[in-house]
Amino acid sequence: MASTLFRTIQIHPFLLYPTALFSRRNGVLYCTMKSSQSQTATQEKQQPPKVKVPQHALKETVDKITRDYEAIIGIETHVQLSTLTKAFCSCPYNYGSQPNTSVCPICMGLPGALPVLNSKVIEFAVKLGLALNCKLSLNSKFDRKQYFYPDLPKGYQISQFDIPIATGGFVDLDLPLEFGGGHRKFGITRVHMEEDAGKLLHSGNGAQVDLNRAGVPLLEIVSEPDMRTGIEAAEYAAELQRVVRYLGISNGNMQEGSLRCDVNVSIRPIGQSEFGTKVEIKNLNSFSSINRAIDFEISRQALLLSQGQGDQIVQETRLWEEGAQKTVTMRKKEGLSDYRYFPEPDLPEVVLTQEYVDSILNSLPELPEIKRRRYENMGLSMQDVLFLANDMNVAEYFDATLSSGADLKLAANWIMGDIAAYMKNEKLSINEIKLTSKELAELIASIKGGTISGKIGKEILFELLAKGGTVKGLIEEKDLVQIADPVEIEKMIDKVISENPKQLEQYRGGKTKLQGFFAGQVMKLSKGKANPGLLNKILLEKLNAKG
Amino acid sequence: MLSTIQPPRYLSRFPLRRRTKCRSLHILSSAEPLTKTSLTDQSQILSIRELLLSRQLSAVELTHSYLDRLKQTEPHIKCFLHVSDSGKVLKQAQEIDDKIKRNEEVGPLAGVPVAIKDNICTADMPSTGGSHILEGYRPPFDATSVKRLKDLGAIVVGKTNLDEFGMGSTTEASAFKVTANPWDLSRVPGGSSGGSAASVSARQCAVSLGSDTGGSVRQPASFCGVVGLKPTYGRVSRFGLMAYASSLDVIGCFGSTVADTGILLHAISGHDSLDATSSKREVPDFTTQFTSASSLKSRPLEGLRVGLIRETVDAGVDSGVKSTIQGAAAHLEQLGCILKEVSLPSFSLGLPAYYILASSESSSNLSRYDGVRYGNQASSDELNALYEESRAKGFGSEVKMRILMGTYALSAGYYDAYYKRAQQVRTIIRKSFKAALVENDILISPAAPSAAYKIGEKKNDPLAMYAGDIMTVNVNLAGLPALVLPCGFVEGGAVGLPVGLQMIGAAFDEEKLLKVGHIFEQTLQGYNFIPPLISNGAFA
Repeated sequence: MASTLFRTIQIHPFLLYPTALFSRRNGVLYCTMKSSQSQTATQEKQQPPKVKVPQHALKETVDKITRDYEAIIGIETHVQLSTLTKAFCSCPYNYGSQPNTSVCPICMGLPGALPVLNSKVIEFAVKLGLALNCKLSLNSKFDRKQYFYPDLPKGYQISQFDIPIATGGFVDLDLPLEFGGGHRKFGITRVHMEEDAGKLLHSGNGAQVDLNRAGVPLLEIVSEPDMRTGIEAAEYAAELQRVVRYLGISNGNMQEGSLRCDVNVSIRPIGQSEFGTKVEIKNLNSFSSINRAIDFEISRQALLLSQGQGDQIVQETRLWEEGAQKTVTMRKKEGLSDYRYFPEPDLPEVVLTQEYVDSILNSLPELPEIKRRRYENMGLSMQDVLFLANDMNVAEYFDATLSSGADLKLAANWIMGDIAAYMKNEKLSINEIKLTSKELAELIASIKGGTISGKIGKEILFELLAKGGTVKGLIEEKDLVQIADPVEIEKMIDKVISENPKQLEQYRGGKTKLQGFFAGQVMKLSKGKANPGLLNKILLEKLNAKG
Repeated sequence: MLSTIQPPRYLSRFPLRRRTKCRSLHILSSAEPLTKTSLTDQSQILSIRELLLSRQLSAVELTHSYLDRLKQTEPHIKCFLHVSDSGKVLKQAQEIDDKIKRNEEVGPLAGVPVAIKDNICTADMPSTGGSHILEGYRPPFDATSVKRLKDLGAIVVGKTNLDEFGMGSTTEASAFKVTANPWDLSRVPGGSSGGSAASVSARQCAVSLGSDTGGSVRQPASFCGVVGLKPTYGRVSRFGLMAYASSLDVIGCFGSTVADTGILLHAISGHDSLDATSSKREVPDFTTQFTSASSLKSRPLEGLRVGLIRETVDAGVDSGVKSTIQGAAAHLEQLGCILKEVSLPSFSLGLPAYYILASSESSSNLSRYDGVRYGNQASSDELNALYEESRAKGFGSEVKMRILMGTYALSAGYYDAYYKRAQQVRTIIRKSFKAALVENDILISPAAPSAAYKIGEKKNDPLAMYAGDIMTVNVNLAGLPALVLPCGFVEGGAVGLPVGLQMIGAAFDEEKLLKVGHIFEQTLQGYNFIPPLISNGAFA
């Protein structure tokens, strides 16, 4: 199957205590497509397992314990917007540039500097708010969130507090079949705009501050505590990634920190209505780490509760350690921190008109959920649906191939099979291959219509992928049109038969397997162009004809 | 346009002398007859322009004369935290002279010496905000208002003293020096823009920029006997002004005449893409209306409705100030105004609301002074200690007090009782002023409850000092424009102390204030608002 090319099952053998105890699942399986510039969803490289110690007995014990509990999971996601300039100044932002090369008096918080809002931030926020089915606040404002940290140049972060730009939405998604499939709907509490902070670089001589990232626009998306498992949480994050990429508002790249998830996990005995103590997990750099960190945390908390040590579950921030595959305490919460929010006096209120919102609504692309439902209704399998709708560019390519008249199932198979394989090997995105969707449709039609054989079709596919050109041009140039003229085929058969009297004798003596030999010789003579059906039909007639 | 101003009628009587004739140049001298018809009486800026363009005086000579006076008076008055390098300043003057010689166009402020309050950023010049925490700090950019002045040809002669980050009413809260009042050196010039007001009063510069968050332009203008103009919030870009309370801060203008402040305001007004709160409203040409007194009708302000705010001439206001203001009101009536008293019941709420809002915003705005990126950093291995020590050493006590008050007011559990309530009061005040300014064209009041007080007098009594802001803070809360101009004297010092009249206008109606102020000034007889110490050349 073509689609399996991109699917890997990542197995995490149990490590030594305590990770081994809590790894309930064998890793993650997502269907994604990789492009050279940005890593999508969840095919992250795994840390090689250090020690393999199968402890199935222990695992079963943990599984049994966790079965008695229900996890409540909510996620705060920060999406870095791909605006040309920062949120409040005209500095560009490019990931990975030299420290403090993309800074100005405004994003450095120099005395007297003032923020001026980049209107693209509003546009992107409205787009995301609409895409997540939120209610938009036509009148919102910015607030200052105040705390001291060296990466925060002004001593406050410009954010939105009590009136976020969007509230009360939801996101629909389909779980991968490998996890039992199924449709899920998770609530979105709010979406708000804010600015990013800089970064601290720790070196031998202490810490240094890099303010390149300071002032880069973010959208913070807060989910309802609707998720129950690691895979649901990871799929929620993956769906957000798809949505922001479909909208073109962020590259959604987790490794670069363009999409950051902080997860809140608490558990409670099944049947209990009040919530357990909430733990926040940070440093989740991939979807699979979201999944594994949550499952680890659920097991950790379940084990503590089952052993009567529930008081050891405290409200704290824990760090996911990718190497050790476990969460560790980062900082305990000492009461609630007081950020002394108040309205940002340097920025006017954010006023949206209904016309503006409507114009953005009308310009939204087809979103992943709608696309998936459409593909499903067209008759594609859920596996194909999830694959094709995962990457907007692939989906667009697929749609374009269909609108050029290609057969639905054939187009899906070609894209998910040989084309995807080629892209993977060459580390190309679908926009970088030379084969246009129109020519793919032409190729499919040429095979279906019998102009060329499937075998030749495959051969010229790779030429088209690498060099481009048209199917017709290639067929003509290489003289690849199938020979479907019985007279011509007959001539070739006659020639082959007359040149191989010995084999003919053997065939007629009962060695009928030799039909394949003759067919091969004729095909060779035709340079692969003879119509195989016709060839075999005439060949049989000739071979069986009483001489 | 500046060129549309009436040509001077009596140029020959103009008191400015060529340097060749007179070693020490007196822009105005008490020896000269005071006539309100000379161009100098109307505007130093215009007379400078006239002298330069008519080639009666070179920009270098003019600059020399100001620098000479600055040098003589500065040790006594101490207006400046930084005086521009005289070589650089004279070079700029020379360039203007060269242009004039070549008959090239020069900007409308060509050669005009201006002083800039030190909380307004100037590129490659120290800008400390009067704080130790920014000692030695040189911004990489000019504030928009400074850039506009420079683009029009003005010459920056220095950075003036202030209460640290604008927090104070006496300029005694400066981390570096105490400025004296040119009328009486034992008295304060007011604050926080005390240096800018005193430097204009002492004729160390022609005009200056200050900032006004709760009265910091108007009160020192009153104390120093100069004209101070606080524009409408949003009229002038705040970009480059070190924020004290962002929703109240405005950059304001000082001049020795109304016309000068008007010309200065016109130069710095207008939308700035670097300040989201600056207004996109078109800036009318305030400068066309400065007609000379001799061309005025007998009752030039006939029918103008003037409301005297009753609460500002109540108990707690110095009786001398009260009678001076009543005299000014009578003068306005003589000019044709219809005077009546108006009551603003919310007036007294302004002071507490102001101190909560201003402190709250300042506690946030001053967070950036953490010693990490610029300014003085305490040496420490531990992050919190670095913050604590840098700020403990860097800030003065008044600033610390306001940061503490503001932090408290914004804290969880107190926000509603303080910050939110103060915002509600602010809305009430804004509405009451708006209503009063529908019934009246302008409102008038004293600029301060008293004339300048003694240095040290209120230093240990912050509440008494805060109470002194009662006349001005409401205007900031309402975001309105106000003009303060000298209108008389009260007893005090050797020669009496000047008293300022505050005229408050509707939002973005600076034009009316300037027109009324100019006529008031040009028709006010019998007063000379040049400090005798200056006009006598006592420091020479």
